[in-house]
Amino acid sequence: MASGVKPRVKVPKKAAAGDAITIKTLISHKMESGQRKDKEGNLIPRSIINRFTCDFNGQNVIDVDLAPAISTNPYFEFEAMVPEAGDFKFTWYDDDGSVYEEAKSVAV
Amino acid sequence: MKFKALTAIAALLAAPAFAGGADDDTLVLNGEIEMTTKVAAPAHMAETGIDEIISGWHFRSDETQQLQTDDFENQGMIFVDQGLETWQTVDGSEGKSCASCHEGPESMEGVAASYPKWNEEAGELRTVQMQVNDCRENRMGAKPWKYDAGVAINVEALIASQSRGMPVNVAIDGPVAAAWEAGKELYYTRTGILELSCASCHEENYGNYIRADHLSQGQINGFPTYRLKNAKLNGVHSRFKGCVRDTRAETYSPGSEEFIALELYVKSRANGLSVEGPSVRN
Repeated sequence: MASGVKPRVKVPKKAAAGDAITIKTLISHKMESGQRKDKEGNLIPRSIINRFTCDFNGQNVIDVDLAPAISTNPYFEFEAMVPEAGDFKFTWYDDDGSVYEEAKSVAV
Repeated sequence: MKFKALTAIAALLAAPAFAGGADDDTLVLNGEIEMTTKVAAPAHMAETGIDEIISGWHFRSDETQQLQTDDFENQGMIFVDQGLETWQTVDGSEGKSCASCHEGPESMEGVAASYPKWNEEAGELRTVQMQVNDCRENRMGAKPWKYDAGVAINVEALIASQSRGMPVNVAIDGPVAAAWEAGKELYYTRTGILELSCASCHEENYGNYIRADHLSQGQINGFPTYRLKNAKLNGVHSRFKGCVRDTRAETYSPGSEEFIALELYVKSRANGLSVEGPSVRN
């Protein structure tokens, strides 16, 4: 597992049914591109978050493929419609197989 | 045709930004802490010709400015969180962490506003990092951190964040007067092949462009600063070093007596502005 990885999510606690709410997510991750070399000239192996998904009550909201050129600490901001009270589930997939999860509930 | 008209309007709207000066926006953090980002210059700056001191925030683009208004978007806060972990982690032979004595970081409220500060017991001028290292060595029995090391900056940012919104107020008289004078001397000393002093850019030319970038007044009320160009927190001394290097001179080291004096002098030029650390700049 890459070190210092910490997911953060900001979701309003309450929303009106049918409203689109703004969701902000950020995960601290170094996003090593695999193109850089260390002091000895050896390639530093690639280590990035390669996929990010968000589900609401089991239904997919957003599914993102991430590429090596994306900067450190990837930040996503998007809107989601909330038809009913429920839970947002956020998942980040690391190159090394680690999966980081975070969940937030929204009341209507 | 329509496209051309739109471009023309966009150019008109963007015009103030191209002028390079400070804008008139207001900085409010998380919708609650209102920051003083422009204020009358402190009395000791009477001879400089600057009558209003302006936070570096005003010289940045709207997009960069916006990042600082919300703790979630301010990536500097990631490092504050890491600093908090360090704060609570036991280190050294005494089995203590910062939290063992100081409890929550809230106890550090106001510290960033008044440092660098004279330490009576030690008989020296101290920066926040020196004070932290003193604690580490003498109370925790831990190894001092290298000046401006990542972990040290994180803790400094944690401490600074407790004072956000409070006006910078460093003392410049009494026992620190000599260091303050030395710092002032350095500020006006031209260095390097380019023969530039701090004042050449940050006093005589703030608001103008230096290549593609705006020159600010070089205020350090927002340090440690999260810079978009290197995606990490930057310490004051490291920034000084970068500036001196850019004049193509041999620089002093972070943590050196010269930079401590310079930090005091430059910080005193921000007396009255709100502490912003960790701020976001490009």
